[in-house]
Amino acid sequence: MSVTNEDVKKVARLARIALPEDQVEPMTNELNGILNWIEQLGEVNVDGVEAMTSVVEASLPMREDVITDGNRQDEVLANAPRTEDGFFVVPKAVE
Amino acid sequence: MTDLTKMTLSDALDGLEAKTFSSVEITEAFISAIEGANSSLNAYVVQTPEKALEMAKASDERRARGEAGILDGAPLGIKDLFCTEGVRTTACSHILGEFTPTYESTVTANLWREGAVMLGKLNMDEFAMGSSNETSYYGNVVNPWRRNGGNAELTPGGSSGGSASAVAADLCLAATASDTGGSIRQPAAFTGTVGIKPTYGRASRYGMVAFASSLDQAGPIAKSVKDAAIMLNVMCSHDNKDSTSLNAEQPDWTKSVGKPVKGMKIGIPKEYRVDGMPEDIEKLWQQGIDWLKAAGCEIVDVSLPHTKYALPAYYIVAPAEASSNLARYDGMRYGVRQDGQDLNDVYSNTRAQGFGAEVRRRLMIGTYVLSAGYYDAYYLKAQKVRTKILQDFQTVFEEVDALLTPTCPSAAFALGERHDDPIAMYLNDVFTVTANLAGLPGISVPVSLDNNGLPLGLQVIGKALDEASCFQVAAELETASGFSSKPSAWWG
Repeated sequence: MSVTNEDVKKVARLARIALPEDQVEPMTNELNGILNWIEQLGEVNVDGVEAMTSVVEASLPMREDVITDGNRQDEVLANAPRTEDGFFVVPKAVE
Repeated sequence: MTDLTKMTLSDALDGLEAKTFSSVEITEAFISAIEGANSSLNAYVVQTPEKALEMAKASDERRARGEAGILDGAPLGIKDLFCTEGVRTTACSHILGEFTPTYESTVTANLWREGAVMLGKLNMDEFAMGSSNETSYYGNVVNPWRRNGGNAELTPGGSSGGSASAVAADLCLAATASDTGGSIRQPAAFTGTVGIKPTYGRASRYGMVAFASSLDQAGPIAKSVKDAAIMLNVMCSHDNKDSTSLNAEQPDWTKSVGKPVKGMKIGIPKEYRVDGMPEDIEKLWQQGIDWLKAAGCEIVDVSLPHTKYALPAYYIVAPAEASSNLARYDGMRYGVRQDGQDLNDVYSNTRAQGFGAEVRRRLMIGTYVLSAGYYDAYYLKAQKVRTKILQDFQTVFEEVDALLTPTCPSAAFALGERHDDPIAMYLNDVFTVTANLAGLPGISVPVSLDNNGLPLGLQVIGKALDEASCFQVAAELETASGFSSKPSAWWG
C-alpha cells in the first residue's frame, strides 16, 4: 500500500497543516518510506490478541460528579492571542 | 572551597545539611556556570536566576528553622516539557509562542514541595519528537563530550538533550526529563549520565506537555544511580489529576542502591544483538555480563522474539496519539496565531508555521493511520503487537529478575549526521522503545568510554513496578565499572 500525492493533500487537510504544492511530492516520498518500513507488522500474527491497554492492571478511577474547579477566567484567558471583555476573540466561523 | 557545581546531588544535600555551604552559595555557583557555558552548549532555553536565588534564600531560612525537605536547597534544571507557573513553557515549539502556564505540573510541584531550587528550563526536541535535540525551535543542544582529538560538535541525544547536557556539564545537580521512546535513557547514555524511566503511571503526566499519552513518562537524569533514586523518589506520586496515575506502593529507591545483587537472575535477550552493532558496544555488553557474574548474578540467555517489531509499532502508536494530542494547537486559546482567509485557513497556516518539519511529518503519519479505513490496519494492529511485546517480557520475567542490554546501538554522533533519513534517526531508539511499549521501567548507567573517548551506557529493564531491581543492578554496574570520567570543560 503506498500513498499518492492526492492522499497526502487530503491528510494535510485533515491535519489542518497547510502544505504548499512544492512540498507535496517530498512529503509523499517521506511518508511512503516510513509506511513501507511499518508494513513489516503484517508479519505478526495477532489473531485473538487483545489491544494493549496498560502494563499494570488498573481501572479508571471514579469520583463524585461535582464541581471541583472553576472560576478562573483570567487564568484561562491569560495566554490567548486575542481577548475582549473576558472572551476569546476568534475569526468569524459562521456567515 | 571545592567547586560546588561538580558535586553529586547526594553529596550536595549532605553539605547543605551540615551547613558547609548554603543554598544561596551553591545556587550562585550554578548561575555563574550557566552564564559561562550556555552560549556554547545551549542547554537552557530559559534561565531563571532571580527566581532561583529567591528559592535558595527561602530554603536557607527553612533549613535554619529545621524544616528542610528532601531536596531542600538543591538547584535543578527542568525540561521545558513540564509546565512551570509563571515561567515560559513551550516544549521548544514555536506554536506555543511565549506560553506562560498559570499552573504547575505535578512532577515539578513535588520537587518544590521538597525544597528544590529551579535554575531554568532545559532545551529539548520540539514536543519531545527527536533523538538528537535538533528539532528544537531554539536550536540544537551541544554535547559537552567530544571525540578524542576532535572538535566536531556532537549531539547530546534527544529528546531530553538539554537535561543530559546540563547534568554532564555540571550546570545543575540533576534534571527532570521525559521518555516516550528512549528520550531519557538515550541522552543519558550519550553524555555519561544516569537516566531512569519508571513504570508507566508512576509519575503523574499532569502539566506535562503531551506527546503520546500511552507512552509518555517522566523521570530524572542525574550524575549517579543514587542521585537518580533520590530524584525519582520525589518526582513520582499518585495523582488524581492523571487518570493513568498508579495508586501503587512506592518504596524508598535509595535503599536499593548498594544492595548486593548476589543470586539475582539477569536475562540477556539475544534479539538485542543487532546487525552492524559496533564492536565497542558488543564488548561493553559482555563486560557488563562479566561484572554481574562476578558479583554473583546468574546470567540467563533469553529471547524476546517480537523485538524487531517494536520500532514500527511505535511509529504508528506515537504519531497517532500525537496527532490527537496536538490537535489542540489551533491558535485560538494560546500560542501564536497566523492570519488566513477563513477559519480553516487560519488553522492550517498557524499549524504549518508553528510546527517544525519533524512534528509536521509525524502529525501527517498519525492523521493518516487514524483516518477512515486505516484505523484497524494500523493503530489497532500496532496496539495488538504491543501486547505481543509485553507478553514476551512477561514470559522471560517468569524466569529472570531483570534484563541487561546496551542502551543504544552507538555512541553520540555528530550534529547533522543523520538528517537525511528519518528511519536511521528512529533506529537510535531500537533498544529503549520496547520498555515504553510494554510500560516497563528502564535505567541507563554509564560504564565505559569507546575508543573515541565517548561514553557508553548499559540498560537494565525491570518488571512492572520493580524499579528497585533496576537501581540495584545499575548501582552494581556503576561500582564495578568505577566509571567517573567527565568531559573536559572546553566550553569555558
